Amino acid sequence: MELILNGERRSLSMASTVAALVSELNLQGRFAIEVNGEIVTRSRYAERRLDAEDVIEIVRAIGGG
Amino acid sequence: MPTLTSQANDEITPPLIIAGVDYESRLLVGTGKYRDFDQTRAAIEASGAEIVTVAIRRTNIGQQKDDPNLLDYLSPDKYTILPNTAGCYDVDSAVRTCRLARELLDGHDLVKLEVLGDRKTLYPNVLDTLKAAEILCRDGFKVMVYTTDDPLLAKRLEEIGCVAVMPLAAPIGSGLGIQNRYSIREIVETLKVPVIVDAGVGTASDASIAMELGCAAVLMNTAIAEARDPVRMARAMKHAVIGGREAFLAGRMPRRAYASASSPIDGTFFN
Repeated sequence: MELILNGERRSLSMASTVAALVSELNLQGRFAIEVNGEIVTRSRYAERRLDAEDVIEIVRAIGGG
Repeated sequence: MPTLTSQANDEITPPLIIAGVDYESRLLVGTGKYRDFDQTRAAIEASGAEIVTVAIRRTNIGQQKDDPNLLDYLSPDKYTILPNTAGCYDVDSAVRTCRLARELLDGHDLVKLEVLGDRKTLYPNVLDTLKAAEILCRDGFKVMVYTTDDPLLAKRLEEIGCVAVMPLAAPIGSGLGIQNRYSIREIVETLKVPVIVDAGVGTASDASIAMELGCAAVLMNTAIAEARDPVRMARAMKHAVIGGREAFLAGRMPRRAYASASSPIDGTFFN
């Protein structure tokens, strides 16, 4: 399935849900996820299904002023 | 002997209160532009700051495992993390950034809103700042808002519910110091919420001046991070903010056009 992940088109075989995506990408530490402009809270990772062409943003905190 | 003095000091040095939370330090610092996370942590410790700003950016997919994380160095248990909307040039991206930050920080809803106008000046786009602030306040965020030094706009931002109003001293990263003391003073006198000078401080005296004008606090990043010795400058800023605050509370002497001798004129043994 092809997704737009942080601005790049990616083909991810197992990412049927946000939880599966997190697992496939092996994400660690603190991050937050938005799918098609809407926040997906951590408690909803397992139930939030992903479709081809979904636009996903995964962000973290970095140094800034 | 110190009892009387310290009692008096406690009475006249109330804490900084933002959205109902007390802070001892009146210096807020950013975490950008440092050499590495060790230097970031050392400078922030030296500054004594309790509130530190962070930016929200895309993760590096695929580099997650060994990628050091800023929040491992600056624990949200120890510091109040203040996510900013730096780099946002419109209402939508600023609001989205705040919502992502709230999720990232487990519901922590204190944010630094900035909606910028153009890349050359990084001046706030005040119209979009106002719109974004209204949306965020309605959405339950505690908004600390970066704005121009316009007193009327500052008042409006307070009225719509911002918990702190943060006028610039000068453009972000410019180090030019406070360009309009009159405006900052006017904002301080008009608003009830904390007024925090944010951006444009270059060195310790700039921070002291902000505090002497009656500002509740000062927020800075580049002045510390781009100093030759950031840790030492962080310490300097800590003292500058304390000194400026104490001077404000003490109340300065009047300015005079001519000299006024400090030693008594009577009792001299010469003519």
